[in-house]
Amino acid sequence: MAHAISSPASISGAGSAPSDLAIPVRELAPWLVLGALLALSVLVLISSVQGAITIPEGTAIHEWVHDGRHLLGFPCH
Amino acid sequence: MRGLSTRTFLVHGLLAGLLAGLAAFVVAYAVGEPHVDRAIALETGAADEAAGAPAPDGHDHTHEHAAADGHSHGEDAAVSRTTQSTWGLATGTLAIGVVLGGLTGLLSAAGLGRLGSLRPAASTALVALLGAVSFSLVPFLKYPATPPAVGSGETVDSRTALYFGFVAVSLVAVVAAVAAARRAMHRWGAVPAVVAGLATYVAAVTVAALAFPKVDELGTFPAGVLWDFRVASLLTLLATWVVIGAALTVLVDRTWRRQAAVEAQRAFAASL
Ligand SMILES: [Zn+2]
Repeated sequence: MAHAISSPASISGAGSAPSDLAIPVRELAPWLVLGALLALSVLVLISSVQGAITIPEGTAIHEWVHDGRHLLGFPCH
Repeated sequence: MRGLSTRTFLVHGLLAGLLAGLAAFVVAYAVGEPHVDRAIALETGAADEAAGAPAPDGHDHTHEHAAADGHSHGEDAAVSRTTQSTWGLATGTLAIGVVLGGLTGLLSAAGLGRLGSLRPAASTALVALLGAVSFSLVPFLKYPATPPAVGSGETVDSRTALYFGFVAVSLVAVVAAVAAARRAMHRWGAVPAVVAGLATYVAAVTVAALAFPKVDELGTFPAGVLWDFRVASLLTLLATWVVIGAALTVLVDRTWRRQAAVEAQRAFAASL
């Protein structure tokens, strides 16, 4: 930190004003949308209960990740 | 040239998530699995007792119990207990670790330069902390993890909906809290910003916790096993988030320092 402040970096502005580093929303948005959707689908798969929302049909995925579901705090029985 | 791009944050996040998934597996396997096994043994024992007296010919009937509630936890499950507690568990922790790590990375990219005067490492660590609190810790306080044999198969759909409903409220609350903190930061400064953020989040989740129904299906499940299982589950979640936060912060800080050094060199060269 001391090095960053005493070095020419503080003159050029690199690292001295965090708001300069902000990434525009326009660039962030598509990544965040895809990330959120992927996260949602993984959560559905992990916490999938046998029934309407289980694809493929059956209990294979449900039982495969069974212990992870319990220990990661997701509802099960 | 830009060192701290969205892509960099995502790559760092996925890497941190992979490490976190491995750490979570180690903790879950070492600390959690013994209690999962004890809970399943209790369930199996109870099912056998319910099935009636021992068979007159003296043969045991441990494999005769049928799971009335959709899936069975014993050795007669479609996926063996050994597989569930090793490859299955690893699949779960790695998938959750990578997804949470990647998403935390992307959200840290969004937080970069937008959280007061925090430098990249600090804003990244804050995003990870908010993720841990809002996605895992606060939902755990309202709907704590339950071992196998607790909770009936008929209510699992509604319990899942309640759990993720509460997680969703908690996530919305934390986004609102960050927005409130940023507004307070503009008007009054850093300390009021922290107070405004905390107050917003605590108020929102308190109302939600009171509004959401209670789930109590413990029955006569032994309190000791339940407590041990919940501690193990909490440790698994903590391991996940601590590794995501620490690894992501270190990686982001390293990239930022390199970027600053390159820019400093350029500025120095230009000044000659
Ligand atoms: Zn279960």
